[in-house]
Amino acid sequence: MFLSSNPQLNKHGELHHLLSIEGLPAAILWQILDTAQSFVGVTQREVKKVPLLRGKVIFNLFFEPSTRTRTTFEIAAKRLSADVINLAVNLSSQSKGESVLDTVANLAAMQADMFIVRHGQSGAPYLIARHVGEDIHVVNAGDGRHAHPTQGLLDVFTIRHYKKDFRALRVAIVGDILHSRVARSQIHALTTLGVPELRVIGPKTLLPSNVDNLGVHVYHDMAKGLKDVDVVMMLRLQNERMEGSFLPSPQEFFKFYGLTADKLALAKPDAIVLHPGPMNRGVEIDSDVADGNQSVILPQVTFGIAIRMAVMSILAGN
Amino acid sequence: MKIHIKNGRLIDPASATDARQDVFIAAGKIVAIGAPPPGYHANRTLDAGGLVVCPGLVDLAVRLREPGFEYMATLESEMFAAAAGGVTSLACPPDTDPPLDEPGLVEMLKFRARNLNQAHVYPVGALTVGLKGTHLTEMAELTDAGCVAFSHADAPLTDTQLLLRALQYAATFDFPVWLRPQDAGLARGGVAHDGQVATRLGLAAIPACAETVALSAILLLARETGARIHLCRLSSAEGMDMVRQAKHLGLKVSCDIAIHHAHLSEMDIGYFDPNCNLTPPLRSQRDRDALRAALADGTADALCSDHAPVDDDAKQLPFGEAETGATGVELLLPLTLKWAEESRLPLAQGLARITSDPARVLGINAGRLTPGASADICIFDPERYWKVEAQALKSQGKNTPFTGIEVKGRVRYTLVEGQIVFESA
Amino acid sequence: MTNPSLPDAEALLASLAAQMRAHVTAQTGLVGIVTGGAWLAERLHRELKLEVPHGSLDVSFYRDDFQHKGLKRKVTPSAIPFEVEGRDLILVDDVLYTGRTIRAAMNELFDYGRPASIRLAALVDRGGRELPIAAQFVGTMLALPARYNIELKRDTQGRLSLVLQQP
Repeated sequence: MFLSSNPQLNKHGELHHLLSIEGLPAAILWQILDTAQSFVGVTQREVKKVPLLRGKVIFNLFFEPSTRTRTTFEIAAKRLSADVINLAVNLSSQSKGESVLDTVANLAAMQADMFIVRHGQSGAPYLIARHVGEDIHVVNAGDGRHAHPTQGLLDVFTIRHYKKDFRALRVAIVGDILHSRVARSQIHALTTLGVPELRVIGPKTLLPSNVDNLGVHVYHDMAKGLKDVDVVMMLRLQNERMEGSFLPSPQEFFKFYGLTADKLALAKPDAIVLHPGPMNRGVEIDSDVADGNQSVILPQVTFGIAIRMAVMSILAGN
Repeated sequence: MKIHIKNGRLIDPASATDARQDVFIAAGKIVAIGAPPPGYHANRTLDAGGLVVCPGLVDLAVRLREPGFEYMATLESEMFAAAAGGVTSLACPPDTDPPLDEPGLVEMLKFRARNLNQAHVYPVGALTVGLKGTHLTEMAELTDAGCVAFSHADAPLTDTQLLLRALQYAATFDFPVWLRPQDAGLARGGVAHDGQVATRLGLAAIPACAETVALSAILLLARETGARIHLCRLSSAEGMDMVRQAKHLGLKVSCDIAIHHAHLSEMDIGYFDPNCNLTPPLRSQRDRDALRAALADGTADALCSDHAPVDDDAKQLPFGEAETGATGVELLLPLTLKWAEESRLPLAQGLARITSDPARVLGINAGRLTPGASADICIFDPERYWKVEAQALKSQGKNTPFTGIEVKGRVRYTLVEGQIVFESA
Repeated sequence: MTNPSLPDAEALLASLAAQMRAHVTAQTGLVGIVTGGAWLAERLHRELKLEVPHGSLDVSFYRDDFQHKGLKRKVTPSAIPFEVEGRDLILVDDVLYTGRTIRAAMNELFDYGRPASIRLAALVDRGGRELPIAAQFVGTMLALPARYNIELKRDTQGRLSLVLQQP
């Protein structure tokens, strides 16, 4: 009824905005991963910059506070030699004054080339993408519960780095999938790239209805769910998103769904552990696992910069 | 003024008429059908060749946005939109600002509407003061002022004891109570149907049981109290089954469906189209199909537009923040025709759901073409295709999910009490 | 109009190696520009029995036509397995034409460190320079009309050949 064509792709089928992993052909995902591989090399050099986006102006438009994600986008943009402007839109003044679209229109008039948008409402970046000129690219840095595509991409990049072939893997995502934009992006990325068995593990209150329609197997028992998996992806227990009665307490959650060493032992011995951060130690993950030798949580952060450099480069060049 | 409508295909569902018959109007009433009364000379003749002549449409839910929401739309603009849609009688819900909980407000609304000389306006009064759900309104006074029923609009009514008392009180005087079945707790925070689309898009969800749980309470209390209930805007297959059962058991219950729910489902949200943010939410395709079947078999008594004009600033927002509702009074006719055609029903049966059936629900003398009745008539071209263009709508609300869609069925003339209140080329 | 006949790439490679032999040392760093130049660098490295491992450069992030052409589909990671700082380098490319690729390659190399010197080896120099760039080691000069492109190909046995493409 609305836009029948994928708003992320231009008329040549190239990436024009990155709003969600859902709907992107596998070829584009591979292109992002392969380009990111080159940027990893750049981040390991003395001079960590390339001149690719010199003269471009990138606005970090964060309607939801975030230091980590904003900083990695800023670093990535600067390593591409772009100029970065950070805008933390104060939500309380938002409700008094400018609407999302007014804010964007004003910034676009200031010769913005790209908007990196984080917003508390699912779909906000789509609204923005529909209203910017055709030379402006929009990157979704997280919208409500819907998507966090760069996180999903850096997670699969990390998995590829350690495990090589997606088609041979069993992957489990654990925790608050209902409220998680990271989980949705991970699910789309992994199914598009051909992971044969994808599991979600959590209590019924934290799993959305019809989640199996996304191509996942549902487990409520973590012991069963982790058996023989190659990759364990833990989700942050979203305290700030939970109002009311999803869980009685973080303690009970940890008992049944927290990742401890003995639960991890049920997975394959060479299984890797991912977490998008920031971690709630002792709530979804035990410190000894988070800091243990199966954890790839720190490399995820490094890869995150390369992925974001790749996304911004590909968009700016299309 | 004497008006002769000639050569038209007269369809009057109430009398099961579908034939070529002329209509003769004088002094605001239909004086004859078929042959003119002796000595009749028309002042104006309308050539309805190729057109359908039917009773003026009766729309059970048209928000006129006055008093209080004039920035969204005005009485003038929305009454004109109704006329353009062929609507000659409309009920307006009490969710104005302030809500229609005092006789003075109702009288003012009726007065203002009367002076515009367009559709007949039937206000539905608030069931509780301020729609706050704590105190009953003076239903008898409000009825004297012109209210035809009492409703709680979309405001939550969480105190079941109060609901019981309200139904008992209304039943005392046989006042109809119109209720939208939605359990406030189960719907809390939700913006879309709890199904695969909300899951994919990460939208806070409203399960179908929000409707069925509330419906169950309403039906049981209706049986307890003997109150006459009209259920507004059913949205789920299970809900429809419950209504079917209740009717079978002889309960005095009727229900309606909004035109959007007869055609759209959660799938139409697409890439977060805020025009599809509706109350109740658009549910699954299975639910939509059940609603369409219920309209066909009469379990659903009427289709209404649930007209809710919203200003652009309030709609062009992220989905969950957008004001709910769609403009629809101008689409009531074509969308009803579309449902009837797709369901392979005779035109007369389709038209019944927006003429004689809603008139019966409202308890008014309307929705029929008989000699002696008020000349409230809609003349339309059933074959004319037109594209829904937001800016071309007469309503101030441009918020429709049907923008850019071609529909069939164009109003050519609308008459109220024998006056032509709308005509188009 | 007949196609101009192309020289034998293997013979040109041998000629390049012969020219370079007297000018390389144990410290020389060979860097091939992806893809054709990288193949050549690999062969030259073996032929000249160089000690320092050879590097490869994908200049995609340094090109001056990014605005018009965007990033190519498949970017490969550059790999320089030696210290650039203070080293004599030889850049290797298959076809030297406008000189823009070499400019980009030099910019990229300088982001790894400050070399002592950079020289250029090109299998084919087809003229048409748009920048003041010159090759010190050239397999052959070949004049070609602008609408033609030549490309280096490598078969499954590793044999190199030049092919002509009419755009």
